Amino acid sequence: MHPLRIERLVYRWPGAERNTLEIGALSLASGESLFLFGPSGCGKSTLLSAIAGVVEVPKGAIRVADQDVGAVHGGARDRFRVDHIGMIFQVFNLIPWLSAIENVLLPCTYSRHRRVRAGDNPEGTARRLLSELGLADPSLASKPANELSVGQQQRVAAARALIGKPDLILADEPTSALDEAAKAAFVDLLARECAEAGTALLFVSHDRSLEQHFDRNVDFLALNGGAA
Amino acid sequence: MLGFSLRSLWNRRFVAGLTVLAISLSVALILGVERLRDGARDSFANSASGIDLIVAPRGNSVQILMATVFGVGGTGTGMTWESFEWLAGRPEVAWAVPIQMGDNHRGYPVIGTDASYFEHFRHSGGQSLSLAAGTFYTGDGADAAVIGAEVAARFGYAPGTVIVNAHGSGEVSFDLHDDAPFTISGVLAPTGTAVDRMVFVTLEGFDSLHAQEDAPLADPLDPAAMPADGHGEDDAHDDHIAHDDHDAHDDHEEHEDHEDHGDPEGTEAGHGHEPDRINAVYVGLIDRTSVLGLQRAVNERPSDALSAVLPAVALAELWGITGTAERAMRLMAWAVTFAGMIGMVVMLSASLETRRREFAILRSVGATPTRIFALIVTEAAILSAVGLFLGLVLLTLATFVTDPILSARFGLRLGLNAFGARELATLSIIFCAGLLASLIPAVRVYRMTLADGLSVRL
Repeated sequence: MHPLRIERLVYRWPGAERNTLEIGALSLASGESLFLFGPSGCGKSTLLSAIAGVVEVPKGAIRVADQDVGAVHGGARDRFRVDHIGMIFQVFNLIPWLSAIENVLLPCTYSRHRRVRAGDNPEGTARRLLSELGLADPSLASKPANELSVGQQQRVAAARALIGKPDLILADEPTSALDEAAKAAFVDLLARECAEAGTALLFVSHDRSLEQHFDRNVDFLALNGGAA
Repeated sequence: MLGFSLRSLWNRRFVAGLTVLAISLSVALILGVERLRDGARDSFANSASGIDLIVAPRGNSVQILMATVFGVGGTGTGMTWESFEWLAGRPEVAWAVPIQMGDNHRGYPVIGTDASYFEHFRHSGGQSLSLAAGTFYTGDGADAAVIGAEVAARFGYAPGTVIVNAHGSGEVSFDLHDDAPFTISGVLAPTGTAVDRMVFVTLEGFDSLHAQEDAPLADPLDPAAMPADGHGEDDAHDDHIAHDDHDAHDDHEEHEDHEDHGDPEGTEAGHGHEPDRINAVYVGLIDRTSVLGLQRAVNERPSDALSAVLPAVALAELWGITGTAERAMRLMAWAVTFAGMIGMVVMLSASLETRRREFAILRSVGATPTRIFALIVTEAAILSAVGLFLGLVLLTLATFVTDPILSARFGLRLGLNAFGARELATLSIIFCAGLLASLIPAVRVYRMTLADGLSVRL
């Protein structure tokens, strides 16, 4: 089983003059972490949207957990996404008025698959993930998300992506709002947690200083024929 | 889902609270207008129940009804006692109660009538009057007074209290009949009708109020014109009883003849205590189907210009007059509700922009656009439901506070338990309107989440 396999993906935004994405092949094994680097605006986020099934992709081009993303439609795609993919964004990952622990548990409320895989006690699993990510203090877990620092928020987002052991985590510049020290610690923790859970990690950033934390590094401009 | 919507609303509790308040005010207004209308109608219908016909000097039927049954306004110049006797003697008439009006006690109407009033008056679906304390006019003679529950409560009157009445119907009057006091013999139990606000005195007593004014105009030497002055009250009372017996044996034709030769002054002199003129007669029939025949006979009576009013018909006429105002009020109430609904749509719509990120996050963790659509509708449902509930609470509180005032001023009882099927229907309509209105922001959010996907940037 491949958490992610891309073959001959061609994507063009509706109305655009040329292809945004032209990717020959890219795949990840279970538990493998991949660092995809490239300048801003080169189509990295579009690739993540395509993998997550937010934009319409041609059939057969992207497979997540051996399932063709282009063949799933509508609400089924949303369910498919939450079953197999955890996502971390740049900033504002959390519902501000829910507590940290409630934010972590969100995938379990929308996906039976993730809930089952989170174990008998999803809340306990969430607390364990938070403490492994350095948020052991129980008062932090019950705080509303908007009272946490940016670094804490990103770690809560990581815990949410990890809960229920999805096949793949997509991280879109999650460290851009963090300072240097927090950055390295965050990436290190995230990569380690993914490896332990057997979750593949696709980490996208323009910041090449993070390369050392990953199993494999790929230059997005070299991978993508379309944007060049 | 419900919990999530609740949390989301709680996060915006200030705006959500204002929205709920707007809805609840509109609900209270809509139901309040209906209850006020129903309360007025019930109260009026209850006060007039059991009376088949009201006979009074010729006039507008609504005016006659208002004056006689509710003590509001007055009737025309009095009808003669002969007309009363003629009416009471008609074969289709089961009972007839004479009514005198025009005085007040500290703003409450004073009614002159005889004991048969308490026997025949019916209210609230056929209940007869009962006493909370004391007795009806028995043994106390001409100065006995029976008072309504509210009069007693307002002034702290009890049997034995001596009261003084004033001429006219205004609340403030300097023309006090302080030379003709009454002693309260009984206090009526509350009825929720205009009776609660009335003071009943005997016909003799009522006349004695005016004896001093009338006497010089009539005959200063006629001792019968001043019944309260030189004569023992027990004597007068005995006379009255004797006369009642006499009436019962009288036959109709005799009265007609008597009336033809009619000389009211002479009659009064002859019977001593019989009022010269009365203001109205309540009539009960043996068979209600004869009501139209009797009405015609009354209207055609040549000697006295009289009107016979069917209370139900007069009430219908009254509702015809007030109907326009009612419709205007109801329209206003619905307009306020409409404004409340718009307020809710504005609140939900205005928050959509700032919540775009929230919806994107929800989609990234697996919420479908349909689910987010449902989230908005659920929020609207919560706002509407809480608004409806709060509206009912508000209305109940308002009823609780205003009920004593309304009943004191207008004899209206709103009733706290008046939650009926029609109100349920009204609430359902408002609730559905709320859901329907929420489709506007919900459809917008559905389209927005589809277009935004997961990558809204702030």
